[in-house]
Amino acid sequence: MAELGAGSLLLGDPAFNYQEAELNERLKRLYPAVNEDETPLPRSWSPKDKYSYIGLSQNNLRVHYKGHGKNHKDAASVRATHPIPAACGIYYFEVKIVSKGLDFLSSLLPLSPIPGWDKHSYGYHGDDGHSFCSSGTGQPYGPTFTTGDVIGCCVNLINNTCFYTKNGISLGVAFTDLPPNLYPTVGLQTPGEIVDANFGQQPFVFDIEDYMSEWRAKIHGMIARFPIGERLGEWQAVLQNMVSTYLVHHGYCATATAFARATETLIQEDQTSIKNRQRIQKLVLAGRVGEAIEATQQLYPGLLEHNPNLLFMLKCRQFVEMVNGTDSEVRCFSIRSPKSQDSYPGSPSLSPRHGATNPNLHSAGADSPTCSNGVTPPNKNKSHNKYPGVSSASSSSSSSPSSVNYSESNSTDSTKSQPHSGTSNQEETRLGENDSEMEIEAEHYTNGVAENPSARIMNGTYKHQEILQAQDISLEDSCASRQLCGGNQAATERMIQFGRELQGLNEQLCREYGKNVTHKKMLQDAFSLLAYSDPWNCPVGQQLDPMQRENICSALNSAILESQNLPKQPPLMLALGQATECVQLMARVRSGSCSFARVDNFLH
Amino acid sequence: TKCVHLPPEVTATSRHYVDRLFDPDPQKVLQGVIDMKNAVIGNNKQKANLIVLGAVPRLLYLLQQGSSSSELRAECAVVLGSLAMGTENNIKSLVDCHIIPALLQGRLSLSACLRCLRTVFISPVTPVQLLYTDPTVIPHLMSLLSRSQRTQEYITQIFSHCCKTPEHQTVLFNHGAIQNIAPLLISPSYKVRMQALKCFSVLAYENTQVSMTLVNVLVDEELLSQVFVRMMQRDQPIDMQLTAAKCLTYMCRAGAIRTDDSCIVLKTLPCLVRMCSKERLLEERVEGAETLAYLMEPDVELQRIASVTDHLVAMLADYFKYPSSVSAITDIKRLDHDLKHAHELRQAAFKLYASLGSNDEDIRKKITETENMMDRIVSGLSESSVKVRLAAVRCLHSLSRSVQQLRTSFHDHAVWKPLMKLLQNAPDEVLVMASSTLCNLLLEFSPSKEPILESGVIELLCSLTQSDSPALRVNGIWALMNMAFQADQKVKGEIVRALGTEQLFRLLSDPDSNVLMKTLGLLRNLLSTRPHIDQVMSSHGKQIMQAVTLILEGEHSIEVKEQTLCILANIADGNTAKELIMTNDDILQKIKYYMAHSNVKLQLAATFCISNLIWNEEDGSQERQDKLRELGFVDILHKLTQASDPNLCDRAKTAMQQYLA
Repeated sequence: MAELGAGSLLLGDPAFNYQEAELNERLKRLYPAVNEDETPLPRSWSPKDKYSYIGLSQNNLRVHYKGHGKNHKDAASVRATHPIPAACGIYYFEVKIVSKGLDFLSSLLPLSPIPGWDKHSYGYHGDDGHSFCSSGTGQPYGPTFTTGDVIGCCVNLINNTCFYTKNGISLGVAFTDLPPNLYPTVGLQTPGEIVDANFGQQPFVFDIEDYMSEWRAKIHGMIARFPIGERLGEWQAVLQNMVSTYLVHHGYCATATAFARATETLIQEDQTSIKNRQRIQKLVLAGRVGEAIEATQQLYPGLLEHNPNLLFMLKCRQFVEMVNGTDSEVRCFSIRSPKSQDSYPGSPSLSPRHGATNPNLHSAGADSPTCSNGVTPPNKNKSHNKYPGVSSASSSSSSSPSSVNYSESNSTDSTKSQPHSGTSNQEETRLGENDSEMEIEAEHYTNGVAENPSARIMNGTYKHQEILQAQDISLEDSCASRQLCGGNQAATERMIQFGRELQGLNEQLCREYGKNVTHKKMLQDAFSLLAYSDPWNCPVGQQLDPMQRENICSALNSAILESQNLPKQPPLMLALGQATECVQLMARVRSGSCSFARVDNFLH
Repeated sequence: TKCVHLPPEVTATSRHYVDRLFDPDPQKVLQGVIDMKNAVIGNNKQKANLIVLGAVPRLLYLLQQGSSSSELRAECAVVLGSLAMGTENNIKSLVDCHIIPALLQGRLSLSACLRCLRTVFISPVTPVQLLYTDPTVIPHLMSLLSRSQRTQEYITQIFSHCCKTPEHQTVLFNHGAIQNIAPLLISPSYKVRMQALKCFSVLAYENTQVSMTLVNVLVDEELLSQVFVRMMQRDQPIDMQLTAAKCLTYMCRAGAIRTDDSCIVLKTLPCLVRMCSKERLLEERVEGAETLAYLMEPDVELQRIASVTDHLVAMLADYFKYPSSVSAITDIKRLDHDLKHAHELRQAAFKLYASLGSNDEDIRKKITETENMMDRIVSGLSESSVKVRLAAVRCLHSLSRSVQQLRTSFHDHAVWKPLMKLLQNAPDEVLVMASSTLCNLLLEFSPSKEPILESGVIELLCSLTQSDSPALRVNGIWALMNMAFQADQKVKGEIVRALGTEQLFRLLSDPDSNVLMKTLGLLRNLLSTRPHIDQVMSSHGKQIMQAVTLILEGEHSIEVKEQTLCILANIADGNTAKELIMTNDDILQKIKYYMAHSNVKLQLAATFCISNLIWNEEDGSQERQDKLRELGFVDILHKLTQASDPNLCDRAKTAMQQYLA
C-alpha cells in the first residue's frame, strides 16, 4: 500500500493537475458521447480490484509484480477502476512494457468483465504471442512482445470485436462477439515485471482517431443511406409539416406562407396571430421588454396574469434592459436618437438556437467585436454603406417610439430596401452561405421578390437588420460609450423606481405563492448590476448580453402558443429532442454506434 | 476504309444534320450544331453515322475558323466531345481526322475543347505520344492550369494518363509539373484533388529526380508528404487513400523518404494492408497488394511489420478463392467479374508473398503454413497466364531461400517437377526466376537435388549458359556450380561433357563478372577431391592452366583473382596435377607475386597454393621444396610469418614447418 500513498501525495502537484486536465481534454475528444456522470471512463488501475501480488504506483498507472512467479498459479492481475462505457463506440488504451522481468515475459493484456484470471477474460500473451479467450488454450495471434514495446488494446463496441496493436501497428481482430462491460485489465506473472498504462494521459502510439474516423464515416453513411423505400411520399409530407410548423412557431410569417404555397400545405394558425407573436418576439429581442409586456397584455388579455412567473421573468428582464438603456421606458429620456435603436431589433431569426453546436452562436454576442454573422469585415463595411436607406427610413418612423405600428414601419423599410437587395443578389447569396441559418431566409427572399415584389417581405429585412445590428454594436463597442440607462439622469430615476416596483412584485408573489429561490436569485442578479460602475464589464454583466433575451423570448412565445391551444414546442424541436434522447438511450442499452450518431453532427 | 451499310432512312436524317453544318447563314449553322448535339447524346449509332458522313472535319473546321463565334466554337467542341464518348472506333476516327492538333491549336481555354481532348487522350486507342510531338503543347496546357476547376481536372487527367515512360516524366517535370500541380492537391474540388494526386503517383514512379523534388515541396505551408498522409486518412474515399499511398511508396522506393519514417511505417504500410482486406473491391485489392509488395521489397523491417499487420498473411489466402463457388451459382454477372479479376488477384497475392518472404525465415515459415499454400504455388506454376506463372515462381524463389523449406515443404510437394516443366518453354523473365529457384533446389542439402539430377537437367542448364541474357547465363552456370559441389565423379564428368570445354572457356572470358565468378566456382567444385583433380587435369590440364594464366594476368576484381588462386591451390593438391604447376615457371612467378600482394586474401590463397605444393607426406615433396627454395619462396614465407594478419601468419608458419621436418 506504500505505493498508493505515494500516488495520492502527488495529487497536489501542479504538474499532475496539468496532466489531469490534459487527460480530461483528450478523453472528452475521444469519447464525446460518454456521460461520465452515468458511466465514468477508466482513468487508472483500481487499487481495490487487484491481486495481492500486484503493486501499484505513479498515480495507479504503473503496475509491478511482487509475487514469486514460480508457476501459473502465481499469475496476478489488476483491472481498471471502471468498465468501458458503451457510448465510447470505440475504446482504446495502451500499456508500455517497462521491464519484462527476470526470466521470460508473461504479460497479458486481457479484458475482463469480473476481476478474475480465467473466467470470461480475453488477453494477448507476450511470451508466445497467443491470444486467449476465457480459460481456453491460446490461439496463435500476433508477435511476441518485450521490454520497450507499447501494446494497445482497442475494443470496438459497435461490432463487439477487439484488436491489439504493437508499437502503433494494428495486429488484426483478436476476438469477436465480446460481452458488454469489459474492464481494461493487465496480468503479470514474473518478478520484476513492470508495465505502465496509458488511458489517455499521453498521446497514443497508435492513431486511434484515424480508426474512429473510419467508423464515423461508416455510420454516417449508414444513416445517410437509410432506406426509405415505399414511404418516400409519406416522409415528404412529414418533413414539410415539420418545416412549416417550425416557421410558424418562430413567426417567420412570410417564409411560412411562401413555403405553404410552394408545398401546397396548410398553416394551422392564422396570419394575424403569427404576426402578433412575431411582433412581441421582436420587441423582446430588441430589448424593449416593457413594450412587449404591454403588447402581450393587449393582445392576449389574461395571459400574463395567469403566468405570474413569466411576468416576473419579463419584468426582471425589463429592468436589465433599462440598465442597458434599451427598454422604451428609459429610452424615451435618452439624448441618443432612438431612431438608431430602431434598426437594432434582433430579428426572431435569432431565437432558435440548438445549443453550443450552432455556428452562429456568437453572432448576437455584442461583447465580441470579431463576430458578425460570419460576415467578413470588408463586406461589413460594404453592406453598411450599401443600405443607408434602412437606417434613415427607420429614423423617420421612430418619432413615435412605442408605436404599435412598429412592424408596419419596419415593413416600409423592407420595401424600400428591396431594390437594393434585388440588384445585389449575388452578395446576398454569399452572405447567406456564410450564415447557414440565414440561408433559408435568403432563398425565400429571392423567391418572394420574384413572385410578388410588392408583398411585404419581412424575412429579407431581418437579414439587413441583423447585419446592421452587428455593425452598430461593434461600432458602439469601439466608442466604448456605454452608460447606465443611456447616461440619462431621468431615465436612471425611472429605473430605480421600476426596481422598487419589481421588488414589490416579488414580495407580492412570495405572499401568494410562497418563497421562490429562482426569483430571488434573478432579482439579486439584476440589482447587482447597479453595484458596479461599468455594469457591462462586471461579474454579473453577462445579463446585459442581448443573447440573454432569447430564453425569455422563447418562453413568452411558448406561453402564447399554449394559450391558443397550439403546441408550445415545434415538432421539429420535439423530433430533435427525441433523437438526442434516443442516442442517450442507445448508450444505456450498450449500443456502441451511438457514439458516432450524434445529433449535433447533423445540425449544420 | 471500311464499307459501311446504313439503312437509307437513318442516313437521310443523319445527312440532314451534316448538311446544315454547311449552311451559309452562321445562325443556322449554330442551330444545326446545337440540334446535332442533342441528337448524339447517348446515341452511339447516331455518333457512328455522323462520323461516317463526314461531320468531324466540318466541325473541326468550324472550331478552328477565326470567323466562328465563340458560341459556335463551344458547341462544336461539345459535339466533338460527345462523339468521343462513344465507341473506340469513334475515337479512332476522330484521331484519324487529326482532332488532337486541331483541339490543341484551337483556343484551348474552352473547357469543352479540353474536355473533348481529355476523352480522346484517356482512350486506350489514342497513342500517348501525340501529347509530346508538338513541344509547345505541354507548356500551353501548364499555362491553362490556373483557369478553372474544370480545366484543372481535364489537364491533370491528360497528364496522368499520358505519362508512361521515364522520358514522359522528365518532359513534364521540366515543364514545371510539380510546382503547377502541387497547389491543386488542396483544391476544393474532389475531382481536381484526385487527378492531381494521380499525376504525382505517375510522376514519382521509379523517378528519383521527381521524388527528391517532391519531398521538399510545400503546399499551403505543409509538406507534401503530410498532405499525402492526410489523404490516406481512413474516412477519405478509398481511391484517394490508395493513390496517396502509392505516391508515398514511390517516393520511398526512390530514396526520398526513409523506410523507417513514421509516414511509411505507421501510415502508408497500414493503409496498403487495409487495401488488401476483403471489404475492398477486387481492383483495389490487386493494386493494394502490388503496391505493398513494391514498398517493402528491399526492406526486411517493413516485411516484418507487414507480416504481423492485420493478419495480412492469412488475408492474402482469400485472393485465391475467386471465382467463389457461391458466385458461380447465384450471379452470372458476379461470376464474370470474379473471373476477370481472378488471375490478377492470384498474381498480386504471389507477388506480395514473394516480397514478404524475401528475407525473414519466420515469415517464410508463416507463409508456407498458410492453408494450401504450396499447392497453390504448384498450380500457379502451370497456369495459362504468364503473369501468374511469373508471380508464382517469384514466390517460390523467395521461399526457396529458406534451408528449412527446401528440406521440408519443397520436397513434400515436389515443386521441382512443375519448375522443370516451366523451364522447358517460357519467356525469359520467367526463365530467370525459375532457373534462379532451381539453383537453390540444387544446393547439396536439398532433398530435391537427386530427383532433379535424374530428370536430365544438365543439358538444360548448359543451354542456359549459352543464352544472350547475362542473368540466364549466371543462373545456368550457378546451378551447375551448385550441382558439382561435392558431387560424385559421374556427375562431374557429365557436367564437363555436356558443357564442353570450349563453352567452359568461353564462359571464363564472359564480359559479365558474375558469370566469370560462378564459372570459376564450378571449376573449383570440379577440382575438389584428389582423384577428381588428377582426372580433370589429365584431360583438360592444358586449357585450364592457360585460362588461369590469362585471368591472373588480366584486369579482374580481387574476388575473381582470389577464386582463381584457390583453383590453383586445388590443382596443387592433386597427385599428378601438381606437376602442371611445378613445370610452369610463369605460374610460379605469378604465385610469388601474389604472396607479396597488398591484399591479404590474395596472399592467403597464394600461400595456400605453395603450402600444398611442399606438403611433406607426398611423393616428390623434397624436390619441390628444393625447387621452390631456389626460386626464393622460403624467404617470402619467412617474411610472411611476421605478417600482421594472424591467418596469414599461421598459414606461413605451417608451410615453413614442412621445410623443418
